[in-house]
Amino acid sequence: MTTATFIAPVASLGLPTGPFFDAAAIRLGAGARALAFFGQPADDPAALTLTLALEAGGRIEVLRTDVPRSQGFRALTPAYPALHVFEREIHEQHGVVPHSHPWLKPVRFPSPGPSGMTGYPFYSLDGKEVHEVAVGPIHAGVIEPGHFRFMCLGETVHHLEVHLGYQHRGVEALLLRADPRMLTPLVETIAGDASVAHAWASADALEALAGLAAAPDVDASRGIGLELERIAMHLAGLSGMANDVAFLQGAATYGRLRTTIINTTMLVCGSRFGRGWVRPGAIRGALAGGVADAVRAALGLLKQDVGIINDRMRSSSSVRHRLAGVGTLTHAQALELGMVGATARASGLEVDLRGDLPGALYARLPIATVVEPVGDCLARALVRMREIDASIGWIRAALDAHPGVVRSARPIGPLAPRTLAIGLRESWRGEVVHALETTAEGTLRTYKVQDPSLRNWHGLALAVRGNEISDFPICNKSFDLSYCGHDL
Amino acid sequence: MLKAIRVRASQGRQYVPDLRAAVPSGFRGLPVLQGDPCPEGCRACLDVCPTTAITLAPLRLDLGRCIFCEECALACPEGRIEFTPEHRMACDSPTGLVLEERRPGRPAVAVARALADLFGRSLKLRSVSSGGCNGCELELNALGNVNFDLGRYGIEFVASPRHADGLVVTGPLTANMRGALELAWEGMPAPKFVIAVGACAISGGPYAGSTVLAREFLGREVPVLYVPGCPPHPLTIITGLLDLLGVDLPAPPADSASATAR
Ligand code: SF4
Repeated sequence: MTTATFIAPVASLGLPTGPFFDAAAIRLGAGARALAFFGQPADDPAALTLTLALEAGGRIEVLRTDVPRSQGFRALTPAYPALHVFEREIHEQHGVVPHSHPWLKPVRFPSPGPSGMTGYPFYSLDGKEVHEVAVGPIHAGVIEPGHFRFMCLGETVHHLEVHLGYQHRGVEALLLRADPRMLTPLVETIAGDASVAHAWASADALEALAGLAAAPDVDASRGIGLELERIAMHLAGLSGMANDVAFLQGAATYGRLRTTIINTTMLVCGSRFGRGWVRPGAIRGALAGGVADAVRAALGLLKQDVGIINDRMRSSSSVRHRLAGVGTLTHAQALELGMVGATARASGLEVDLRGDLPGALYARLPIATVVEPVGDCLARALVRMREIDASIGWIRAALDAHPGVVRSARPIGPLAPRTLAIGLRESWRGEVVHALETTAEGTLRTYKVQDPSLRNWHGLALAVRGNEISDFPICNKSFDLSYCGHDL
Repeated sequence: MLKAIRVRASQGRQYVPDLRAAVPSGFRGLPVLQGDPCPEGCRACLDVCPTTAITLAPLRLDLGRCIFCEECALACPEGRIEFTPEHRMACDSPTGLVLEERRPGRPAVAVARALADLFGRSLKLRSVSSGGCNGCELELNALGNVNFDLGRYGIEFVASPRHADGLVVTGPLTANMRGALELAWEGMPAPKFVIAVGACAISGGPYAGSTVLAREFLGREVPVLYVPGCPPHPLTIITGLLDLLGVDLPAPPADSASATAR
């Protein structure tokens, strides 16, 4: 049985530096996918511990080594560009240099200084006709802040730099300060539109450390919360995309359908954003009797009405004209960058944790992976439409298989000492990773969070190359990445 | 064309006619503090609260800090804390957000006469997220959807600070956004005011202990309206705004003292 969560004693993981990099190169060269790569202070203050989590053939493998801080290490990015942002993060968080990294730029400016946010090393293009357009951090709409710098020749974007960090709230530091059993309310705000996914990945890791296997009903409840979250945010994305191409009927209709879905989520757990649905050891999202009926009714209404608006949006020539062939991220680019989630699937990449690491839940109740080959804005809209349908079907099957899920709670006992646990869940944006490591006393030593946005922002930068600058808003909306999930 | 008509027919009528009276079913909203004083030495709620929203003897709960996680209600052996679907809990002062046992009622917003005269029929707001997790931002966006339809009151969000009367701040105010936030505020013409939306903006919320915040702005520019929640329900935001501007206030009961005075 594949499991969705990784757990192993820390003592079983270490490799000498040479064999670590050799093994990493062999695995990555053979097509293993990097799930996470991060640093943390080693026992020896002069060293940094590197942890690389890989996925291949439905298995998670973790490689680990200590490198001397003063010497740094040989960057993996030149051979495996998918690791570029991980190595940048290691450099920024720990000051340890990945040598010959081709793009060693700041990620999020975690320690604010007077020069921090104004000192970003922008790439620049030479040429008399080249001009730069700076946008943000504050944007026109009601959205999170980030800065975009376009290098253009006329209307055509040749390069985009995405300069983030404005949303940095010090999440990882705060996660180490409280009792690990009480972290979920904070975890739910890491990316507030993916609360269930983050809370579930975190609970997975914590429950594994406590030796608590999630019962089938627990998994089912969380799975239903996750799919409702996916439907709601895909509807929000479609509404936003429709709005950006002035297809106002779509904006209004997808918007009100989202209201129906988030109000259903609220009926289950008290919050339109799924806050409180997941707690370690517990079922809070009860789905019995009238509540289950209400979920079914909402899905019935959605199924019918979303079909009508999808049909209209797909067949509108003005919509197609604005989406087709715009903001294309090719399959090869997506693969090379290690893109994840719905965006990757819209570029033809078959990556989806629900299929790749199904665990007991998705082995019992499988969900088909939705893939569109083209990689343009239209493909990203179509993936959303098709995934909404798939989620409706999955929730119905889960409700049938788990009638009468009621609230329950099991206490989280002491955590296994000196152990690494990694929880992973497929949020609507892509894979969410929570890596927790305990000390010899069973307290938390490391809490590494990874939102899919960290990996996907650079995909947006590549997708807009060669496009008109006026198409940027629709490209950005079609990716719909999290600023705070990236900035932490 | 036919497809457009089909969409229109499926849409039906979606707007909520009376926003103040709406009851969002299932919503974990305004808590009530009930029952006898707490047993000596019990601090069950204090121990589980992630935002230090609760203080004891007397039992007080600060809605400006609360993220409505429900942990206190589940922990209390006496059932003294109960969450209700009441969405109306915006307030014009931070102290008014502190609930206290034996003091019934909910936080309220008094009509700000000066603001009502200027902006009662047309109000332009600029949103600045400074560490907001996209919860508050999505709910601000929801204000404009066909359900809540904020536009019917002449209130709308604008793209430029130069067009804005009010600044809506969300998020705990990160140090990395300090400069941009100040710039947006400076760019707004007077008269202008600030609204704090969500636990993070009001108190730092779950991020109150973070070392990478810069909250001086809200110390200096005191908000005229505080909207609690994590994130606040759109109804909490919109009814707070309407109360502040005195829009469509229900007529007071005929026999009340205030009615006679008018
Ligand atoms: S509901 Fe509010 S007061 Fe109660 S524990 Fe959660 S944050 Fe604290």
